[in-house]
Amino acid sequence: MIKFQNVSKSYGHTAILKNISFDINQGEFAVLIGPSGCGKTTTLKTINRLIEPDSGTIFIDGKDITKENPVELRRSIGYVIQQIGLFPNMTVEQNISIVPKLLKYPKEKCQEIVRDLLALVDMPYEENAHKYPTELSGGQQQRIGVLRALAASPPIILMDEPFGALDPITRESLQEEIKQIQKKLKKTIVFVTHDMDEAIRLADTIIFMDNGKIVQMASPEEMLQNPADSIVKSFLGKHMDNGDGAPKLFAEDFMKTKVFKVPKTSRTLECIKLMSSKDVNSLVILNDDDTYFGTVTIEDIKALGKPGKEIAELVTHDVITVGRKEDAQTAFDRLLSSKSNYIIVLNENQTVAGLITRTSMAKALGEALWGEVL
Amino acid sequence: MSFTEFVSKNYNEILKSLVRHIELVGISILIGILISIPLGIFLTRHKRVAGPVLALAGTIQTIPGLVMLGFALVLIGIGMLPAIIVLTLYAILPILRNTYTGITEVDKSYTEASRGIGMTNMQTLFKVEIPIALPTIITGIRLSTVYIVSWATLAGLIGAGGLGDLIWTGLSTYNTKYILAGAVPSAILAFILNGLIGLLERILTPRGLRRSRI
Repeated sequence: MIKFQNVSKSYGHTAILKNISFDINQGEFAVLIGPSGCGKTTTLKTINRLIEPDSGTIFIDGKDITKENPVELRRSIGYVIQQIGLFPNMTVEQNISIVPKLLKYPKEKCQEIVRDLLALVDMPYEENAHKYPTELSGGQQQRIGVLRALAASPPIILMDEPFGALDPITRESLQEEIKQIQKKLKKTIVFVTHDMDEAIRLADTIIFMDNGKIVQMASPEEMLQNPADSIVKSFLGKHMDNGDGAPKLFAEDFMKTKVFKVPKTSRTLECIKLMSSKDVNSLVILNDDDTYFGTVTIEDIKALGKPGKEIAELVTHDVITVGRKEDAQTAFDRLLSSKSNYIIVLNENQTVAGLITRTSMAKALGEALWGEVL
Repeated sequence: MSFTEFVSKNYNEILKSLVRHIELVGISILIGILISIPLGIFLTRHKRVAGPVLALAGTIQTIPGLVMLGFALVLIGIGMLPAIIVLTLYAILPILRNTYTGITEVDKSYTEASRGIGMTNMQTLFKVEIPIALPTIITGIRLSTVYIVSWATLAGLIGAGGLGDLIWTGLSTYNTKYILAGAVPSAILAFILNGLIGLLERILTPRGLRRSRI
């Protein structure tokens, strides 16, 4: 469908593309990824001749694209950019139907296209067609940006970091939608991103570029299994160790190590003082050999404790424990089924390593899904 | 004789001057627009010459009107023609500069999108750049107009007529009524034209752009 043959491009003395060759098949979702300045956007823009290569040839359906009129070529290729670029002086309907109008489709046909496309992204025609871009949210605007690219049913769509400026939740739903649309309409999509999560989620083939060259071109699975070099590896980052999509985490990976521990021979007053000075409402109680004994809460001390008594008598043993090398899922299961707000993580010798609270669990899950969270 | 009596007595003369004044302003602004907007668009396509051309237009602007009229008088003679030439020269800069900056400041994402989806340069200009820059361009026309209404009073000096005639007559005969009869309509004219063009600007601003400009 799209064939690059020894394509090179430089600006002055800086080579941006160094003799690139690859093929993208019909109906393929190809994602160009790599560090900034690697040439991925340049590669994309050579396909619709927004940038002309210095040497080499690009074929679409076997035809050399330099032999075609660039304006007509672009009308036959959808184009979506990060800044969205919906024309602010035109309504949603006018924006979507702009390419069909350039191609002189009859009026009724244009309106039909707009209706069908808006239905595709669940934005009813009556409510949305006559709005202006400024009246839409960022996510809705980019949906319209995608529809504009689809309007004249081009077989190929180019997308230049289209979801880069959106918030994570909107981005994810748009990724989902574009994947669906691609499957449904069988488009060939060339998609530029610097986000490996996005690439893995969307791509049939990932084309990894660095320094103007293709480092690796492979399916996401293959790339995860055999990354070509250290740069690819560092991009894959947290996806690397997993077989099935979730990184391998252990209880120790998200426990809090700041735990207030006292020996079971401590007195009640001591414990209350410690709790109030550290602003906690429970303590971990240890045996004489520092192994885990149980926990005590301030309520228990207040209700049952008498001053000067040994704390050991008030200790409860119903807080659940987990070994630090047990996997995260086990720990979460136990925490969720527990009545307590936390579970204790134990070292192999039964001493206390830390604890997992519901908050630290939520945070760990968030990080696994979306990367670093606050 | 009170001012109102003076006005009713000289009603015809004042009206004639006013009409002539409007003619002077109207013609020079119209020619100014016909020169500045295409030139401004040309400059956005040839940025290398934009600097020198805008500088030249700026320089013309700094030459006192009286001096320019003097030159025109010497070179062309008296009457409406030299006055219109001079006024047109003054009308050019604000429109030219606003056309140029208006189009230059159209966000690159719009022009990239328009090129990327297959608009020709002309389509990009007429469907995207000009509509988005239109409010700025009209502001330029408004500035020019208000300011040409006042400069046009000088045209009376070289026999072009207009409200300037009344003012100069008043000044040379120490007659404040004549001065007021020229100055007041000229001020009102500037005020009204400013309002009318402002209204036009609001009407012509694409609806999608109005909200973001408030």
